[in-house]
Amino acid sequence: MNNIKRALGIIWLLLAPAVIYFLVDRAIVHIDPAGTKDINNPVIWIIIIGIFTPIAIGLMIFGWYAFKGEYDHLPESSEELS
Amino acid sequence: MKLFFTFFINTYLTRMKPTTIRSVIAASSVGTMIEWYDFYIFGMLAKTISTQFFPEGNATAALLSTLAIFAAGFIVRPFGALVFGRLGDLIGRKYTFLLTLVLMGGSTFLIGLVPGYKSIGIAAPLLVLLLRLIQGLALGGEYGGAATYVAEHAPANKRGFYTSWIQTTATLGLFVALGMIMLVKLNMSESSFNAEWGGWRYPFWISILLVAVSVYIRLKMSESPLFSKLKEEGKTSVNPLKESFSHKANFKMVLMALFGAVMGQGVVWYTGQFYAQNFLETKAMLDFEQSRTILLWAIAFATPFFVFWGWLSDKIGRKWIMMAGMALAIFTYRPIFNTFLADADLPAAIIKKQLPPETVKIEPVIIKADTVKREAGVIIINHIHSKHTLPDGSRFSASYTDSIFNNSNGVKNEVKTSPITYVNKHLPSSLYWKFIGLVFLLILYVTMVYGPIAAFLVEMFPTKIRYTSMSLPYHIGNGVFGGLVPFIGLLLTTSFPSDPLVGLWYPIGVAALCLLIGIVYLRNKIDENVED
Repeated sequence: MNNIKRALGIIWLLLAPAVIYFLVDRAIVHIDPAGTKDINNPVIWIIIIGIFTPIAIGLMIFGWYAFKGEYDHLPESSEELS
Repeated sequence: MKLFFTFFINTYLTRMKPTTIRSVIAASSVGTMIEWYDFYIFGMLAKTISTQFFPEGNATAALLSTLAIFAAGFIVRPFGALVFGRLGDLIGRKYTFLLTLVLMGGSTFLIGLVPGYKSIGIAAPLLVLLLRLIQGLALGGEYGGAATYVAEHAPANKRGFYTSWIQTTATLGLFVALGMIMLVKLNMSESSFNAEWGGWRYPFWISILLVAVSVYIRLKMSESPLFSKLKEEGKTSVNPLKESFSHKANFKMVLMALFGAVMGQGVVWYTGQFYAQNFLETKAMLDFEQSRTILLWAIAFATPFFVFWGWLSDKIGRKWIMMAGMALAIFTYRPIFNTFLADADLPAAIIKKQLPPETVKIEPVIIKADTVKREAGVIIINHIHSKHTLPDGSRFSASYTDSIFNNSNGVKNEVKTSPITYVNKHLPSSLYWKFIGLVFLLILYVTMVYGPIAAFLVEMFPTKIRYTSMSLPYHIGNGVFGGLVPFIGLLLTTSFPSDPLVGLWYPIGVAALCLLIGIVYLRNKIDENVED
């Protein structure tokens, strides 16, 4: 199971920039000052990309930790967390 | 009303012993439910609020409206989790979630008092935006406090059962908000409800009474015993944010909680409770009453299952119940929503059942302008063409729109008429109950992923930084991943218009990713000791 955890870590590492690329690409396609839908509104895209970027970075860090084997052993008590 | 509250307080509340687990659960759950109620009524009355505070054609008001809707859920909620989580780990759970309740109730009440745009101009949307942001901030701090407070009072073998009562509150808050708005709306005319000082304000005003009772109950409670012990020993955290997110050992658990559990829970929760109702109204085209009462019945039947799964998680562990809920959602969302579309196609049923024309009652053709709206300079007039009633009692209206375009001189000279669509569908009794059953299933999945999660999160983090550490992933999962369901749904529908169910791929995809991470990385062990 630990090997699977580590191997999947690479996928999480790659998935994060892919998500950001997808969002930025969709924003460029759909932002339209003359449009009336939410997906045409630049403010909404700024908010969403702004909030999703740190989350995607979090996914990258998660992937990196997984790849490095940080999740091979999960803490048994709070002492291991501090 | 005063008499009722005096009676309620004297006969019930004053008899509660502050230390009993029942009173701990009641104090936490009622307050959290009221916070959800406060947060939901704004969203449910968005159309009326938009008319009153954010008029069309005003660019500043449109920007403020966007911020009120999106910033409150996506940015301010996680920020509130950090602010109040930190406070809860520094000064204690009790006073922090008392503060969030007061902020939420106060801002909700004040939204109901803000005069409309017609009276005070741009100050109206500015005030409403400010109050909405305070609501988002308060909501971000409430849940973590309530879940932590109950869990820190609960014995190890009943932690899932007791905290599951907190988990019912988001759904019950929706139920009460929906019921309250329907109650007010069905007892007055449309114009009285939508007037500047009309009935739409009542649900906001009622909030202050609910909050007053809840604050009274919470004031009688004592601080969490685990936090009190830490404080006595001088072991509380000095900097909860730093300890939660810059200590690698804890931060990697925060990431695992978010990507392995809460992210999937957020989309399943949002799809079952909000996307489903919106889908019934805007895609299946059910009428106002049925699209809402179906949800109300389904919530009423499904809510006890929050407590059931919480109880069961104490016996068999939290992980596999949550994973099973996500898996069921992934594999059944499309068939269920497809059934909604197929069964609500009442005109097709006439052909399919080969109903004789004389059995279908068609009211004389009414050419009536039902609604008029402007979109990007185009005037769109919606007409009700005819009303059809079938022998089984079901009925629907045929509708079409005229779009009037301006030519280059600004003279309106081109009219395009749309094909006929069927709206305001009213299902026969058998189909109505079938739909309730299907929405019940969707909410049952919500109860599976949501029932055990408070205990699961509490057990992941140490007492001294628990409030901070569990609040952030929870509000990112629910507020951001869950809150994006309609937006990404619209994005996908616009990109792939041929598939009416394409919007479901977002919750299915996120739930599938979360399921995979959860199965591989999470463990099913119940932490017996949360005192450390």
